[in-house]
Amino acid sequence: MTGKPVIKAFSERTRRVADQTLPTSAWPANAAPSDLISPGRKRLGRALMAAATLGLLAVIAVQILYKTEVDTIGFETWRPVVYAYVLWGIALGVGQVLTRGEDGQRALFLLPALLFTIAMVIFPTLFGFYIALTDWNLSSFSGRKFNGLDNFWQMLADPYYRNALFNMVLYVLAVLVEYVIAFGLALLLNAQIRARKFFRVVFLLPLMLSPVAVSWMIGKSLMEYRFGPAATLARQLGWENPAFFSNPITARISIMVLDAWTFIPFMMIMLLAGLQAMSREVLEAARVDGANAWQTFWQVTFPLMLPVSVTAIILRIIFKLKLADIIITVTSGGPGGATDSVSSFIYREYRDRSNVGYGTMLAMAYLIIIIVFVTWLLKFANRFVRNVN
Amino acid sequence: MSVQTTDYAASEIRSPASFFANRVFIYGALVFWAFICLFPIYWTITTSFKTAVDVTQGHLIPFVDFRPDWKGWRSLGLSPDAIFRTSTVRDEFIKRFMNSVITSVGASSLAIVIGSLAAYGLTRYRYHFAWFKNEDISFFFLSQLILPPVVLALPFLVLYREVGMLDTRIGLILLYTLMVLPIVIWIMRDQFNSIPVELEEAALVDGLSIWGAFFRIVMPIALPGMVAAFILAMVLCWNEYFFAALLTSTDAKTIPVMVASQTGSQGINWWSMAALATAAITPLAVIGIALERYLIMGMTAGAVK
Repeated sequence: MTGKPVIKAFSERTRRVADQTLPTSAWPANAAPSDLISPGRKRLGRALMAAATLGLLAVIAVQILYKTEVDTIGFETWRPVVYAYVLWGIALGVGQVLTRGEDGQRALFLLPALLFTIAMVIFPTLFGFYIALTDWNLSSFSGRKFNGLDNFWQMLADPYYRNALFNMVLYVLAVLVEYVIAFGLALLLNAQIRARKFFRVVFLLPLMLSPVAVSWMIGKSLMEYRFGPAATLARQLGWENPAFFSNPITARISIMVLDAWTFIPFMMIMLLAGLQAMSREVLEAARVDGANAWQTFWQVTFPLMLPVSVTAIILRIIFKLKLADIIITVTSGGPGGATDSVSSFIYREYRDRSNVGYGTMLAMAYLIIIIVFVTWLLKFANRFVRNVN
Repeated sequence: MSVQTTDYAASEIRSPASFFANRVFIYGALVFWAFICLFPIYWTITTSFKTAVDVTQGHLIPFVDFRPDWKGWRSLGLSPDAIFRTSTVRDEFIKRFMNSVITSVGASSLAIVIGSLAAYGLTRYRYHFAWFKNEDISFFFLSQLILPPVVLALPFLVLYREVGMLDTRIGLILLYTLMVLPIVIWIMRDQFNSIPVELEEAALVDGLSIWGAFFRIVMPIALPGMVAAFILAMVLCWNEYFFAALLTSTDAKTIPVMVASQTGSQGINWWSMAALATAAITPLAVIGIALERYLIMGMTAGAVK
């Protein structure tokens, strides 16, 4: 196979893109070197950035002093610090253009997204790690207390958290079944059929619908024990007691089905795009060589589709790891925590028990598990695709 | 890859009978899955017109099985006879609906603006921020996709309370922007990579500035990609539940939170729930059907070379 076994997820892709980018020297406009900028303008730019930084630090310092009651001048909330950060960002951008000219203008493309993401991710995550080490229950009056690794030890001994992690393994494994169905649907849509556009729109529709509405539409009414059509159908098929959410195993399967219903179109569309991008000649060649449909699929289509498949599965797994809303609304983890995902478990830990410190510790542990798992998954998938081809 | 020739030669021209069986199977499967996709939607829409008896007796087909009634819609204040009367439920619903519209449109727009700029910069220029190069920066942005909402939710709850942004639409908009930004950057980078650099070089020679070239030359070409990214972002924001449930209470509550809070209560009216669910899914269903082309474009960006 002509190999571009590119897993377009993350690192591989970014490296490839970087190779394609032009060296900046290729740009005619780059002929304007930075020394054309007058020293006065440079000084102005530097002064602006310095002033903005000092201003931001000053606002933060005043606010800290006020909040720790050293000082009486300050603001009611921390919101002015947010404004100060925004102003600082603007000043930084202007300063870049003033001091570095065209290079500064280029930096302006990246700065907004970068400053935004850093402020929204880095700071809260660090803060989260701090909360994770505190004993903090919103419903108790004692407030926040640093308690070191206590939450961590509690987490290790928590059977419900372990159970939620185990459920996540099951839910992630269900992705493989979804993949098989999605592949089948993609093949159907790729066949010589009439009304292809109609079927494509219909098959895509579940993805549009809000999971919360879907939980009611399917989980709470279609699968309702007494009057739901799905329950009626199951009775007619011979299942005497079609309670979809009362026994742990059927409840898990029902959640998987609900989630699959909404997300199969996602994989289907990616696989369909892969099928349509496949060259007709290869398939023709297989047919001329006398392969039947089954052989063509296993020996030509499937191997050629492997890179797309891996991308689709990985993206789907990443979305699956966030699974929460369906579980929260349909079963709220029940029966007895049997359907809990990690996210829904932490959600209830916070919502029902206001246990911010412990909940955050669980979330941070989950984050680390996810990072390790996804990194491994990307590595593994990369090697897998390369070996097969 | 060479296809192995098999010993037994399969007949190239299949018999009409097997061709026919093949057709029947394909269309059968298509219709079956279309039924699976459509039935829950059909069920929800029809249930919103049912009365209690129709629900308990499992009537399915309007006008044949049961006489449609505006009951569900009346309870939302949206039926023809109730639309001109004052209705607190309707006011509530419209408030939630507008919250959803504002947060999802706001977040998608913000993400498109800063995401497109970043994607353009990353595809066209080389950056060095300390020891960070282009690929590291790209990785930093895309890796946000992995971040599960739970990790951010609790710190944000505390931070927003300190900052006074809890239960505000702007707070939700910022979080949703963060949530869809990696996807927007992913799609837009693919889009900008497909635009030849020569276009901008010509524009620069003609005397346009870097930003002038971006706005006057590149933007118009990349517009379909932006639409695709915008719609995909809209879908994700509109349907988001987790952050909205934790970070909003009275003012900024969105439609999914309203739907979920109704399902939680015991002894719900099926008809009004069905009407609410229908109202919640209709906008996106319409968008999805009308702009399906862009949605597919967004989802397949970068998936296929």
